Parts: sequence; structure tokens; C-alpha cells
Amino acid sequence: MELYNLSIRAAHDLISKKQVSSLELTTATLEHIHNTDPHINAFVTVADELALEQARQADHRLQIGAKVTPLTGIPFAVKDCISTKAVRTTCSSKILENYIPQYNASVIDRLADAGAVLVGKHNMDEFGMGSSCENSAFFITHNPWDLDRVPGGSSGGSAAAVAASMGAFALGEDTGGSIRMPASFCNVTGLKTTYGRVSRYGLIALVSSFDSIGPMARDAYDCATVLQAIAGQDPHDATSLPAPVPDYLQNLEKPVKGLRLGIPKEYFQAGMEPGVEGSIRAAIRTFEELGMEIREVSLPHTKFGLPVYYLVLFAEASANLARFDGTRFGLSVTQGAKNVIDLYLQTRRAGFGPEVKRRIMLGAYVLSAGYYDAYYLKAQKVRTLLRQDFDAAFEQCDALVAPTCPTTAFKLGEKTDDPLTMYLSDIYVVATNPAGVPSLSLPCGFSNGMPVGMQLIGKHLSEDLLLQIGHAYQSATDWHLKRPAIV
Amino acid sequence: MPTNPQPIGISNDLQLSKIPGDKMICEPVIGLEIHAELQTKSKMFCGCSAVYSSTSEPNTLICPVCTALPGAMPVVNQKAVEQAILVGLALNCTINPMNQFARKNYFYPDLPKGYQISQYTLPVASDGWLDIFEEPMSEIQRVQIRRAHLEEDTAKLSHQGKYALVDYNRAGVPLLEIVSEPDMHTVEATLAYATRIRAILRYLGVNSGDMEKGVLRFEANVSVRPAGSQELRTRTEIKNLNSFRALTRACAYEIQRQTQLYESGSTIVQETLGWDDVKGVTVSQRSKEEAHDYRYFPEPDLPPLEISREWAEQIKTGLPELPEARSQRFVSEFGLTIKEASLLISEKSLADYFERTVSLSKSPAKVIYNWISGEFMRFVNDLGIDLDHLPIPAGNLAELVDLATGRIINDNSAKLVLKDMFETGQAPKAIVEAKNLAQVSDEGYLESVIARILSENPKEVASYLAGKEAVFQWMMGQVARLTRGKADPQVARQLLLLALERAKNK
Repeated sequence: MELYNLSIRAAHDLISKKQVSSLELTTATLEHIHNTDPHINAFVTVADELALEQARQADHRLQIGAKVTPLTGIPFAVKDCISTKAVRTTCSSKILENYIPQYNASVIDRLADAGAVLVGKHNMDEFGMGSSCENSAFFITHNPWDLDRVPGGSSGGSAAAVAASMGAFALGEDTGGSIRMPASFCNVTGLKTTYGRVSRYGLIALVSSFDSIGPMARDAYDCATVLQAIAGQDPHDATSLPAPVPDYLQNLEKPVKGLRLGIPKEYFQAGMEPGVEGSIRAAIRTFEELGMEIREVSLPHTKFGLPVYYLVLFAEASANLARFDGTRFGLSVTQGAKNVIDLYLQTRRAGFGPEVKRRIMLGAYVLSAGYYDAYYLKAQKVRTLLRQDFDAAFEQCDALVAPTCPTTAFKLGEKTDDPLTMYLSDIYVVATNPAGVPSLSLPCGFSNGMPVGMQLIGKHLSEDLLLQIGHAYQSATDWHLKRPAIV
Repeated sequence: MPTNPQPIGISNDLQLSKIPGDKMICEPVIGLEIHAELQTKSKMFCGCSAVYSSTSEPNTLICPVCTALPGAMPVVNQKAVEQAILVGLALNCTINPMNQFARKNYFYPDLPKGYQISQYTLPVASDGWLDIFEEPMSEIQRVQIRRAHLEEDTAKLSHQGKYALVDYNRAGVPLLEIVSEPDMHTVEATLAYATRIRAILRYLGVNSGDMEKGVLRFEANVSVRPAGSQELRTRTEIKNLNSFRALTRACAYEIQRQTQLYESGSTIVQETLGWDDVKGVTVSQRSKEEAHDYRYFPEPDLPPLEISREWAEQIKTGLPELPEARSQRFVSEFGLTIKEASLLISEKSLADYFERTVSLSKSPAKVIYNWISGEFMRFVNDLGIDLDHLPIPAGNLAELVDLATGRIINDNSAKLVLKDMFETGQAPKAIVEAKNLAQVSDEGYLESVIARILSENPKEVASYLAGKEAVFQWMMGQVARLTRGKADPQVARQLLLLALERAKNK
């Protein structure tokens, strides 16, 4: 097996036994990226020198017998909305094309402390606005399983990179399915964490009250390993939760027998691709075989998930994107500007793509005097109903299982002309973010040769349980081990 | 943003005392918003120093949070919340148990995030009041306080020719905005309210009151209505008033402008005005139609802030004696009038100085008040001395007043000694000795001086004895001349009368 194909667990095993050095592993990964990524375009930036330097440091730690973690020397990359000191951070937007942060996001500091090796930054839909990675201002990312298809979005680069073994794991960011949806399209395991479980400090915000950073990796085991390193309260993020961080790896092997798994009936409606539904039903049978109790539950307000999600998104995003004004960092179009208003207009006109502009305008509209109550406030009230749906469901079961997406990966360009159809591909993943609950997407089969993903949804801070169920499923199945031909 | 401000109305440098009133056809209605920088060590939402924001090199007290780099997040400064609660309590407000920060959205180069984190529907404090004492009418008025909320200061812009430079040191410094109801009806009341708020903030130790550094800024809402009416008419809002002088001049100007508009049959346009301190006029900045829609919504980066009753109670125990209570105490304890007490307490350091002097002196408090409010303040004002850094220790002033009341020196000498104290910093007794200013009340010596005057001026003595009493004052003058002003006037007068009596009986 090629070194770059190793999971975190397998690589750590070799590194800790000093059979492989981090430098060897990192070099192999970088070479593989340079060979493979021209076909996929998952990376906006590859940080070769920094990666090699970090790898040498990791090896030094191993040499001198310093503290070693399961991530020491393991190469990874992150979605390009996560700030990395001295490494360009673009959000795949022209407005940040040459922006180099002065500081690390807290998650980057934590992974650096754990000894992990940052190899680069992943392409995404501009500022996270999109479900196909086609809204990147730079280039589109291709699905490693079929280069004519999208990898999903907005963490499309991260999913494609992990699927194509370009790094052992990735950090994605999920605002309304942005980790799970591409994970599903690319046969990757991805965890949307509980809102507040992982610090957002340094994450370039799309929707401050939805955004959740989480791991994307080969399997639930690796996701647990990464989550262990990044979870926990951060004094720089007032919304991070003070709850203690459990030992996720220790919980993994606990039996799932007797756990109650709910099937939300609203997630199995017309419009689902038959191959997707078939895969999900088969997975449910596997859970039954594992001794889990299956029962149907209802999330009656599911149909409001999409409008609530978008209204809050428009509002918060319009404010979050106000700081990109050409005065302090990033793009600044000064030529011909007669005053500061001209500077704002020219910079933002040139720097933001059409989807971003559309959402900023909608956001300014839903917050404006006279419309606030009808849109933003109403959305926040319905948000409470969505949360109550989940609370009620979790009185009857320990976790929910549902398809991540109604279809498999669609063709490039198929939905780009129709934003509304594009929005609908997120129909099963958006409700969790307004509710703040965690959700794990795992590979569970193929439909017409393309991967199918299912998501497990749990109550707040139940990542340990979701990972435990996911690990049990992956111990009984091998969908997650399937690799695209390009690898 | 303001572009090419055009003066409106007439240009006129108004005197404070010549405000409407005379005609009594219109009554001003004034409400104030006071922006006070809080004196915390660090900024409202990050760890940068807030203490030296106005005196440090530009852009040296900044970080990703206060310059709004992508991904940076705010964290609430607990001390700022405590200071806001303290002010709320001092202004008799309800402290709201649930606080929420909100984003106030607008674009301006001094606002790095493109929104200001402020409070909107759920401020720290609301529904309070403050009693003010408006000079010279000497009656107590109650001003209702609508709310006091926390927010962050903006960056500081300085315009240099075609360009504006931005200093982010001030961005994120905690601000408390105190909003009154439109309860003030004269410029004097407005000034009294603003002065009292400043004094309270100083007493609480939450604001330096240093107006020149811009730590206290005013916005006035002004309208006028027929006297006796209760209606609220169209108002204008005058922004960025950075001194008491600007506040009073702008209000006075605006009252007169609106009064004249009504008198000429015109209407008032609701708008935001600026104050041109050089020309002495208000200038239009934005009309109602151009007014910002701030698109407030709850700040999602900050969870709601709970203020428990216990926390508020604990802070309440730290409330110091406030100006109002101190004023009453000065009246009851020291026998000052309300007006006298008000003069002292409006400046905390002056009131502190007065009390220290009283405690160190054997003289009556009233006498000390007279010294401080008279001769002492004249020197302070003439020399431009900062009340926080008075050059004369209270003990020295107490000593001087005691020398005067004990008639060791006479009043004229005492004034000379005080001047010397300001100039040299020496103790009064040392000055009196060095300059030999002690009063002469030695009767033997004074008798010999008087005997000499009488023997050398027989004509004057004769005319006095003939009934020309004015000569007596001339003789007292001779005593002063011969003793170089050091004769105790009371003793000398007594002895001179006795000597003349004896001459008459001869």
C-alpha cells in the first residue's frame, strides 16, 4: 500500500514504531498531491515547505522521545475558510485571493500542538455559499469517483482530497450540510459537530450561529481521533461550550446492541434516488443485525428547515461579509475611486462572486426596517420549533438515521443555472444546523457507481455516541474502504 | 457619510444667557445621549489595552479582533459590564437580568467590522432617573433616564488633505451610552444634567471626565414647542458634541434656529446635524430619508449575558458616596448652601480637597469654602491648573486659613502668602516668617506708634476733636503706613480711640 493511502490509525502505528518517518509520509503525500490534484483541483494552496518543516519537527519529537499523539506527523489539510498563519487563506474568493492571516485559527493551533502536519488548503464554494464547489472563484473541484461530477459542497475540496488520499484527514466546516453532503458524494466519513463543541475562532464566518468545524476522514475511528484533538472550550470563542470532552476513542468499541435508532419519516419522501433509498434501507437492516432497535419517528417541521436555514444565513452572512471593504486586508480596488464609498463598491463588486452578492442583498433585505419581523424574527421562532422536533424525537430514540442527500453526486454544471434546485440538494442536512445538533455522514453503498452517504443525527454533545454507532457499522461493512480508481 | 456639509440657517454666535425665553412663545425640548468611554484595562471585546488608546502611537494597541480580521471573534469584558451596572445603579435604573448584544450595521471607515457591537432590545440598564439642580433658578428637576447600554468605540479618523487616516487604537474601547428622555427645557438644565452625569462617572471611577481626550461625547435631540404644550414636535439630532461649550452653544443655536423657523411659518425637517464650532452653526448631515437603516439583529458571536441579582447586589455594595448625597452632606455637616455645595461636588477632586482641608484645619468649613471658591480658584483658573494635580497640599491651605482666622496675619497678607504658595510651593508659616508678615498686635509698640502720630500731627488731632471724624480713617492709614501694613487693625483701632479720648480730656 502506498504511504499516502494510510489511514490516521495505520500511519500512526508505523510512525510510532519508527517504521516510517513523518518526512517520508509527508513527502509521499505531497508527491501524490502534485500528481493527482491537477485532475481534481481540490487544493487552492499546497504548502510544501511548511509541511516538510513540520514533518521534520514531528520526527524530531519522535527522536527525542517527546510526547507523541495519534496525530503526530500525520499530514492533513483544511478547508480554506480556516485561518492559517502565514499560509494564504482565501475562502475561494477573489476578495481574499492574496490574504495571508497573521494568526492561526484555534483548531490549527490545537492540531499543531498535537504534531499534525498541515499540507495545504482546500477549495470550497466561495465563503461556503454553494453545494457543489462550483461557486469557487478560482476553479471547480472534480469528484474523484467521476471527474465529470461535482464533489458536493461547500467543503468539496476537503471531501475530494480525503477521497483521493491527498492527506490523511481534513477539517471541513458545516453550515448547512457542508461537511456531510460532500462526504456523502465522495465516500468519506464526515462529522458535523455540535454547535460550540469546536472553537470557531479563526474560522471565517458564514453563519455565526450555524458554523461548525469538524473532521473528514477515512472512517469514524479517524474522525474520533481528530475530534479528540480539536474539541473543547476556547477562551477566544464565547460560543464554545464548557462541557468536558469525553474520550472518544475509548467509547468507540462499546456495543450498540439495544440502542434505539429512529427513522424520521419526513426524510424518506418522494424525489429520492431509488439507489440512495435502497442503500439506506440496507444500512438500516445492518443496524438491526447489530442489535439496534429501529423505530419510526417524526420531525414535523422538517419542511421549514430550508427556508429557516436560508433566511438566517442571508441575514448573518450579510453582516459577516461587511468587513471585506478593501481598507485593511485582501482585495482593494482603489483605481479611479473618488471617495471611500467608491472604494467599497469597486472592491466588493470585483471581489465577490454572483452567489455571494445575491445572498448579501437578500440578507440586507430580510433585516431591513419593516421586514425584520416577517423574515428574520419569524425564522428564529421556527428555528425553535426545529430544535423542539429533535428534542421530542430524542425522547424516543438515541439517534436518528437518514440519507445525507436525496441523490448521488450530480454532473458539473447540471444545477448551476438554477440556485433554487441547488438549494434543494441540502434538504436533509440543513435542519441540524439551526438545531445545533451533531451529525455524522458515513458511506453506505453505491448507486449507479457513485457513493451514497447516510447520516446519523444525535442530541447535543452526543458525538461519542454517533462515532460509536458509526464505528460499529464500519466494523460490519466495507463501503468506507472503497477507493476511487484514480487512487 | 457626510459630504460637503452646507451651513443651514443663520450664522450667529449666541450667548448662553440670551436663549429664547425672553419671548416665552417657545419651549425647548432636549434629550441627551452621552457616550462615555469606560476606564477598563482592556478593550470591550479583546485583550488590547484600552488605557492608553489616545496617547499611544497610532495602531499599536490592536489585534485581529479590534481590526476585524477575518475569523476573529469578540469576548465580553466582564469589568466593562460591572462598570455599566455601577452606572445603572447610580442612575437609579433597573438592571436587566438578561442582556443581549446586537449588531448595528453600517459602512464607515472607522468601523472595521462593518457593524458595531452594541445593545438594542436588551440593554444593561433602563428606566432610571437623575435629579439636577439648575442654576440660577435653584430648583430641583428630575430627568428620566431611558437606558444605558454597552457598546464599542469606533476607530479614530484624522483627515489630512485628500486622505483620511485611521487609528484603530480606539476601536473597541468600551463605551457606555446613557440616553435621557427629552426632559430638559433649557440649555442650563441640559448643561446641569451633563455636568452631573460627568461628576457621577468620575465619582464611580469609570470615566476620567477628560473632555479634551474625547472620553465623554454628547448627542442632543432638540425640538421646540409652544410654551405650556405637551406635544413632541419634529426634532433634530446634533451629533459629535465634544465639550460642554459645544453642547450649550449648539443647543442654544438650534433652539433659536427652530424658533425662528416656526415664527416665520416654516416647518422643521427631521435630520441629523453636525456642529461647526468655528462658525457657530449646526450643519445638515443627513435627512430622515437618508437616515441609516441599521438592520439590528442579535450578535450571534456572543451568547446572551445574564446578570444575576446576586452579582448586581454585590456590585451595589461597592457604590461610593455619589454627588447628590455628598452635596446634602456638605449642607448638613458643613453649613454650606446647596449652591455652594454644588460648586464643590461637581468636581470630585475639588470636593475631596475641600474635605481634606476642613479635616486638617481648626477654622470653620464655611471659611474654608470661601477661601477655596474665591482666591484659591482664581489662582487655579488663572494658572490653568488641573484640579487632579493641585500644587498646594491640603494641609498647607488649612494652615494658611488658620493663620488668617487666628489673626496671625491679616487678610491682605494672607492673599499674598497664597500667591507665594502657588508660585513657590512653600508652606505658609515659612513664607510669613521669611517675609515678616505676622500681624503686630503688641499694644506697647502700637501705643508708641500712635503717640508719635498724634504728636507729629497736632492740626489733625485738633480737627478730629472739633468733630471732623473722617480724620480718624486718615490716622488709621498712618498706623498702617508706619507698621508696613502689619498692624492688627482691630487692636490699632481700639488703641487709637483711647489715645484720642485721652487727648480730648487733657
